[in-house]
Amino acid sequence: MLTKIGTFTRTMHGNPFSPLTFFRYNSYVQLVDGTDTSIRRFLKQLPGVDQVGAESRAAMLATRSIKTTSKKWAIDCAISMIDLTTLEGSDTDGKVRALCTKAVHPDPTDPSVPSVGAICVYNDKVATARKHLDTIGGKSIPVAAVSTAFPSGRASLEVKKQDTLDALNNGATEIDMVIDRGAFLSGDLVKVFTEIVYIKELCADRAHLKVILETGELVTLDNVRRASHLAMAAGADFIKTSTGKISPAATAPVVLVMLEAVRDWYAMTGIRIGVKPAGGIRTTKDAIKQLVLVRETAGEEWLTPKLFRIGASALLNDLLMQRMKLRNGNYAGPNYVTLD
Amino acid sequence: MTFEYSPAPESTSIVDISAQYGLFINGKFVDAKGSKTFNTINPATEKVLSKIAHAQASDVDKAVAAARAAYTKVWSKMAPQERGKYLFRIARIMQERAREFAVLETMDNGKPIRETRDIDIPLAAAHFFYHAGWADKLKYAGAGDNPRPHGVVGQIIPWNFPLLMLSWKIAPALATGNTVVLKPAETTPLTALLFAEVCQQAGLPAGVVNIVTGDGATGSALVNHPDIDKIAFTGSTGVGKGIARAIAGTGKSATLELGGKGANIVFDDSPIDQTVEGIVSGIFFNQGHVCCAGSRLLVQENVHDELIEKLKRRISQIRVGDPLDKNTDLGAINSAAQLARIEEISSSGDSEGALRWSPECALPEKGFWYPPTIFTGVTQANRIAQEEIFGPVLSVLTFRTPQEAIDKANNTPYGLSAGVWSEKGSRILWAAKQLKAGVIWANTFNKFDPASPFGGYKESGWGREGGRHGLAAYLKGGEK
Repeated sequence: MLTKIGTFTRTMHGNPFSPLTFFRYNSYVQLVDGTDTSIRRFLKQLPGVDQVGAESRAAMLATRSIKTTSKKWAIDCAISMIDLTTLEGSDTDGKVRALCTKAVHPDPTDPSVPSVGAICVYNDKVATARKHLDTIGGKSIPVAAVSTAFPSGRASLEVKKQDTLDALNNGATEIDMVIDRGAFLSGDLVKVFTEIVYIKELCADRAHLKVILETGELVTLDNVRRASHLAMAAGADFIKTSTGKISPAATAPVVLVMLEAVRDWYAMTGIRIGVKPAGGIRTTKDAIKQLVLVRETAGEEWLTPKLFRIGASALLNDLLMQRMKLRNGNYAGPNYVTLD
Repeated sequence: MTFEYSPAPESTSIVDISAQYGLFINGKFVDAKGSKTFNTINPATEKVLSKIAHAQASDVDKAVAAARAAYTKVWSKMAPQERGKYLFRIARIMQERAREFAVLETMDNGKPIRETRDIDIPLAAAHFFYHAGWADKLKYAGAGDNPRPHGVVGQIIPWNFPLLMLSWKIAPALATGNTVVLKPAETTPLTALLFAEVCQQAGLPAGVVNIVTGDGATGSALVNHPDIDKIAFTGSTGVGKGIARAIAGTGKSATLELGGKGANIVFDDSPIDQTVEGIVSGIFFNQGHVCCAGSRLLVQENVHDELIEKLKRRISQIRVGDPLDKNTDLGAINSAAQLARIEEISSSGDSEGALRWSPECALPEKGFWYPPTIFTGVTQANRIAQEEIFGPVLSVLTFRTPQEAIDKANNTPYGLSAGVWSEKGSRILWAAKQLKAGVIWANTFNKFDPASPFGGYKESGWGREGGRHGLAAYLKGGEK
């Protein structure tokens, strides 16, 4: 059993480097301090993931039948967890404003529909989004910015820091950074770890940090588990599956393993880390399956936008159509929900 | 905010249960000789589902005579590929009527609809498909160049997987050219009777499959019938021993698939989350009414506490209740008698000093229910480590070294199944060589496939069912 003893701040190579996390593992104290050995030792002691077993558990949970009252609850819960996203080269201020309007009142004909969890954009659109949300009564909706040379993460640390700073200065209160998958796969865990630590340092109290593992590139579930723990040890507030630019993205077994990771992390440290599946969740059915995974893996405590988000764009309209179906008893055509 | 699953009951409108059933002899439903009947009930509600004919010795006579006539005149003379066609047809009809079978099985047995829908019925159909393909390839079944059927086979099946056990018995028997008289369990006859309808629907020649319902006396009449060539039995070791005594010296062949006390061995390098899942499916699948259940958990002592903590958390999430609800994980105990047996053996765990734990879970008022239960601190000397409980009760023991795990696992009169959990391939292979069990699962549990032989060592039985080995049990080899 790994027990957290404390978190300390210090400088490394003259730069601020935090947090330093100490753990007690059985009889010896283990230090995840950014050195290669400590990180390796920490990740090595994690139990393996049997892929066949994980897939069959995820498949079994996908058979849960969510009907009537529970479906109604799940639809509203899912809407409130959406990070409504646009991450295109063609994004304009107009497009972002439209998205924000939709985020505040997903269904303009029905004020009982909750607002979404956040807006997620590139850093140069953060200011537009923030300003528009504030204008239309969406002050409480956070703006998240993808960062650190999203989606590939192939840039210098200086560029990644500046990318993050821009987003923060523009008013982002959530940063969705990508890890350096090349470094992870080549075994340079220190690089992955320190980058997260530096970005976390910039976010400090200003923003929540979501760390994108891009599980479609890590491929194995063992890697997903290790990368999840690596990110949490380095200070992630959320671990996120994917950029949405790589397929496969948020598959059920991947989300299952990440939910197990945050559950285990809570048991070790008493701290709840959030999970954000992103990419490929397009239908109400998909979203409800995610909520079932959360409920039966991490537990009910995670069923809040503070600890679970779904990165999506097309999903919202499907949820709205299913919501109308529950209310009116018949399916509305696509023109009865708004484009954003 | 809470995410409670609303009730999601499967509709029962698809099944059409008659008020009373006769016996299925020579292709027709006929009345039994006497007027004796017994009720079959839904164990989740205790409601009577139907009245079932109680076959007497003279009814068994008729059934055996019908099977003999069908064997001599039709089935043994039919071209093997024609026999295969009937099996394919039966398999397809079972798939077409899968939901009907699933709902009926759940009502009659008490097991969750999720399991009948996703496991019992698809596997039952798969057994017919698998054996259909074998019908014209029997020279490759391992019984030599001149394989021949036994003739008329008497088959007695248990209540834990009624339709699946029927398929395990009937599909290989028919594929190899035998005809059968089958007796379903007293508490679960309905899917066998629906299967009789499927035989009619498939146009199976009369007398090839006969189904006689009844109790132990009916089974005994079948076992002792002089014109039976082979007995295939699945059930308790006690009854199995009685059958072995009864047929000794008669020249009848037998396959016996009996009890077990499977060891599920967890090494300290196991993939822990999937191990927990495997332990749960090992003992709570089908309410633990599984002869190959992983009812003895052997955990390496240095991971015991961590594993048990995770296991308890997972067991707390098991959904106990209405078997027809699509979200139910653990259904009803099959009968009042079985519930009493589970209660009796489990209480010995308490009195012998093991530590009982069950999650908080509300059990329905009506019907037969037992909560998922684990006993920690169990030793080999406890009754709950030795006797088959056949219910949702897990005994947890510890070991220190791999050899100790093997020694404890093999220290039982049974030898049906075992599980090994480790990320180290060499250790799995080493353990599998040492374990005296008919089926050994590595990093999984309770997985079945028609191509894989199943059966036991020691008091767990004789012979194998499924795969090429199971086929050989229905064939005679050697010169004509």
